[in-house]
Amino acid sequence: MKKRITRLLHSNEPYIFMIIIFLGVLVQIRSGQFFTGNNIVDLLSALIVPGLFALGEFMSLISGGIDVSFPALASLSTYAATKILLDTNYQGNVLLAFVIAMAIGALLGAINGFFVGYLNLNSMIVTLGTSSIFQGIMQGALRANQLSVIPSGMSSFGTTAFISATNKTNGLTSILPYTFLVLIVACVFMFVLLKYTIFGRGIYAIGGNSQSAHAAGFNVKRSKFIMFIIIGMIASAAGVCRTCMMQQMHPTNMLGMEMNIIAGVVLGGVALAGGAGTLTGCILGTFLIVMVQNSMILLGIPTTWSDVFVGAVIVIGVAVSAIQANRKGRIKTSRIINHQKEAA
Amino acid sequence: MGKIKKAFSSNMEVTRLLVIMFCWLVFVGIMQGKKFYSFNNFLTMSGQFPEYGLMVLGGMLPMITGGIDLSLVGTANFTSIICVYSAIGLFGAQGSMPIAFTLVFFLLAMLIGTAVGCLNAFLVSKLNVPPILATLGVNELMLGLSIVITGGAAVSDFPKEYCDFFSSNIFGIIPWRVVVFIIMAVVIWFLLEKTTYGTKIRLYGTNSHVATFSGLNTTALLFKTYIISSICAGFGGLMMLATYSSARADYGSNYTMQAILIMVLGGVSPNGGKGKVSGAITAIILLKFIESGINRFRSVSTYYVTLIWGVVLLIALVLDYMSAKPKKVKSSPAAKSAV
Amino acid sequence: MKDEKLLLKAEHISISFGNVHALKDVSLAIKPGEIHCLAGENGCGKSTIIKIISGVYQRDSGTIEFDGKTISKITPIDAINLGIQVIYQDFSLFSNLSVAENLALNTEVASGNKFVKWKNVNKIAEEAISKINLNIDLETRVRSLSVAQKQMVAICRALMFNAKLIIMDEPTTALTRKEVDALFEIILKLKKQGIAILFISHKLNEVFEISDRFTIFRNGELVVSGDTKDLDDKKFTYYMTGREFENKTFIPENISKAPIFELKHFSKENAFSDINIQLNGGEILGITGLLDSGRTELALAMFGISPATSGEIIRNGKKVTLKNPREAIENKIAYVPEDRLSEGLFLPRSIADNIIISEIDRLTDKGKFNQNKRNDEVQHWVKEMEVKTDNPENPTTTLSGGNQQKVVLAKWLATKPEVLILNGPTVGVDIGSKHDIHLILQKLANQGMGIIIISDDLPEIIQNCSKVAVIKSGKIVNEYDAQSLDESTIINAMM
Repeated sequence: MKKRITRLLHSNEPYIFMIIIFLGVLVQIRSGQFFTGNNIVDLLSALIVPGLFALGEFMSLISGGIDVSFPALASLSTYAATKILLDTNYQGNVLLAFVIAMAIGALLGAINGFFVGYLNLNSMIVTLGTSSIFQGIMQGALRANQLSVIPSGMSSFGTTAFISATNKTNGLTSILPYTFLVLIVACVFMFVLLKYTIFGRGIYAIGGNSQSAHAAGFNVKRSKFIMFIIIGMIASAAGVCRTCMMQQMHPTNMLGMEMNIIAGVVLGGVALAGGAGTLTGCILGTFLIVMVQNSMILLGIPTTWSDVFVGAVIVIGVAVSAIQANRKGRIKTSRIINHQKEAA
Repeated sequence: MGKIKKAFSSNMEVTRLLVIMFCWLVFVGIMQGKKFYSFNNFLTMSGQFPEYGLMVLGGMLPMITGGIDLSLVGTANFTSIICVYSAIGLFGAQGSMPIAFTLVFFLLAMLIGTAVGCLNAFLVSKLNVPPILATLGVNELMLGLSIVITGGAAVSDFPKEYCDFFSSNIFGIIPWRVVVFIIMAVVIWFLLEKTTYGTKIRLYGTNSHVATFSGLNTTALLFKTYIISSICAGFGGLMMLATYSSARADYGSNYTMQAILIMVLGGVSPNGGKGKVSGAITAIILLKFIESGINRFRSVSTYYVTLIWGVVLLIALVLDYMSAKPKKVKSSPAAKSAV
Repeated sequence: MKDEKLLLKAEHISISFGNVHALKDVSLAIKPGEIHCLAGENGCGKSTIIKIISGVYQRDSGTIEFDGKTISKITPIDAINLGIQVIYQDFSLFSNLSVAENLALNTEVASGNKFVKWKNVNKIAEEAISKINLNIDLETRVRSLSVAQKQMVAICRALMFNAKLIIMDEPTTALTRKEVDALFEIILKLKKQGIAILFISHKLNEVFEISDRFTIFRNGELVVSGDTKDLDDKKFTYYMTGREFENKTFIPENISKAPIFELKHFSKENAFSDINIQLNGGEILGITGLLDSGRTELALAMFGISPATSGEIIRNGKKVTLKNPREAIENKIAYVPEDRLSEGLFLPRSIADNIIISEIDRLTDKGKFNQNKRNDEVQHWVKEMEVKTDNPENPTTTLSGGNQQKVVLAKWLATKPEVLILNGPTVGVDIGSKHDIHLILQKLANQGMGIIIISDDLPEIIQNCSKVAVIKSGKIVNEYDAQSLDESTIINAMM
């Protein structure tokens, strides 16, 4: 038990959690509105899409790579799916939207997976390129325009209350739509995948040392390929959720989210270099950023200041994280002199 | 002949781009002939790239050190906003500004660039924050400050003398903005190829640990690098101001990705240690040719440009992969097993 | 030999990579339960023969018989199934995963299961560590283990698959004396269990200490195989290099009147305390101690990389503070680091760049980088140090270990130091280059330089130093004059 506590103290998660609580208390003091059902529901609602994106990015970072294409991927697959349903006058359940979008997402993810997995190219650069390609397809080939009307199945999914909370003070009701369940399902899936499947442990192994992973029997190329397919599917689900909740599909308004998502995941303790990080940390870090973005009003700060605060949180957060890491590691003199590199 | 061969092989990044460029120019020449290969067209093309071109010139340096500067666009917009407000403050929104005040604009750009660069460098060198995160946060901060100052709107009411001048052409031919770009390109080229700074950052980017052990002043290197990068961004902001005749917190939001794409295409390795101005400029020219060529196909949407850039990047990566494949270890089965 | 049953019989093995004949008609024979040492300089082919035996490479010609069976083609999995296990220098462990996972991973992956049963993982892991009675917390992340512990985990993993032959590649490189003893104990235990060990090493004392028989390769060819009891120092050197070396002992000729470098009450928390040293020009001071004696921390403090917490550094009678390597260089102190691959060289860069980088500010002309000066310097040092290369613009990866070390030395000599500190200057260096480097150091000393050699290679210390200080647990425990030295005295002081 003592070992567990020591290990906990060395990781990021408890600190992020404390910061979240601390900020929450701060907002509560200022506005009296933070710890209300209404606000919590709003925050959770705001967490859904970033959270889903974060889950995908989490897996990518663990494997040692950065994926910056997921907003463009999500936009393309969601746009295509929504357009198809609109054009065929689909009246049914939202499920088909998810199926179509995720199928397209899987395909798009496979493109990433091919270049990064099988050709072993740098993941950040490849996804930079594919991000351009996905955008180009969407705005060029598909001539995407804003879809102001979406199929009823989707719009009702995004607006029907799973949980609702009413604020006694001002009478405002906030709802947590069923899309939140998508986030829950995805979290559970990711948790089981990374902790209880060989594939998942393989992702950690690859992030730790991909050559050793290969030597241990993991098919590194195939694992990365499949990983990107999964990321594509989760990102697409995020896109569908967003469209359902906003009741319209704008082709470009998810673009540009990638950096804040990455920042959130890294703040939660996931190492940029790969191989380390917990799901809890990932969600907590993402929640912190969402919280800062959404608490401006309660603090009486005009929303124009939102980016300044998010920026400050990121800068301070990573600075503190880095200082903490520096204190732990001193300059380690390398004791293993690697003759392997020299031998013929 | 041997010398030419050597020049090609030592500049692989540029070579592969030239190959792609050659193919494209032939294709476009066939399809469009005179319309593409006209002086006017080249003039139009050259007017559009100084903004992100400057960011490429500046952003190359942090990338060579193995880092990255994601705060370029935020700094650029912040610079143009501050300059505009200073003009408004001194001369009134409807007033007129002496053209010499342009020097003050450039001075402001340098000051802001230095401040932002110092912040980035401090985070990266003193606190060991990963550059991608440090500059990301700073970008967000600059964006935020810009939004606060402008209230999120575009500012177009200000003395336009600067914009008018800078969107004009020197001797009536070459746009002033291109002149600024060329000057900065020469400066950066000189730094990288003619001073010890170039060798130092390339070695630092190869292995920062060894760089410390070798006695390099790594802190000074990083400060110099991020300051120059941010100053270039500031100048880029001034170019944007001239082009759009207005300042806004979020102009050029896709310039960051574009710049990174160009840098990588131009042979700057994201892992650090490599990069030349010649490569970057070749990449810019190539992408401009492609963009312009596509724009002239009436039926083809300009958005296809984004798509093609992505494809070109992937092609370049695949080419790199194929040419860099190490001599594979022979694993032929034991042919003669008995002796 | 022919009538005894052999575990491994590899005969007339050859393999080429492109134009490089890595192995030419070599043979290797190992008896069951034998401890066999394979020695040779870097580049001699010892890594290559291992990769052939373990299935990573396929031989071009020759026969291999293992445990009585003729082996034609072999993949790494085949080798494991046959009972051949290789432990590489980096142990191939996952530092971000737990000990248990590291041990169980291969089994889990090989089982073809899709899901991980953690109970199973722990069971497998516990069984593995019991084989050598390793006492370790299975939940620990491997990155928090010491090198010796990691090695033990790697050995446990190797034992999991009914190993008959365990191949260890330079296992003692990063171990302290105590840890080496523990390792050798384990090896003897394994021998008792009938497991044969093939041990790669170039350290003569290890060959003597632990092996039954030995084999030496040179330049891809077999030189000799024999019983260790028939081997001695001179024969070993001759077999390894093909040359006989006259080892020249250092006799100082040119000692300065006053000390040029002194440490007074030099201390650093948790590293070393109250170190007092005096170095005159023309002297070579040897500092020796076990791996964890504080010797490397002392070196790093003397050069400004991790500065001391108290005490003084005095140069030519004046106190100086060194907050970073740059200040050390300004004070004409140079440091050749312990690990040239990760601290001394920009490996993918050219030999030329590596040579001039520390003196680069001197090669300017009104702010411009003067290429002529640069090229002159490069030519000068390549010639002076006899670096074997046909083009100094080639990356340093094209050089052998000994030549790489010469480049590092050149880089530091280019800064024209008055005090030269070297940490493990000839580790991983072939005997020929080692000899050359020693001669260079002696020459430099006789030209007036003050030199400090930090090393645990006792023959190197005794031969090249005019005085020796022994460091133990962060304190200097003994100082000797070179004349009155022999190995056993020093060893006793170190332990």
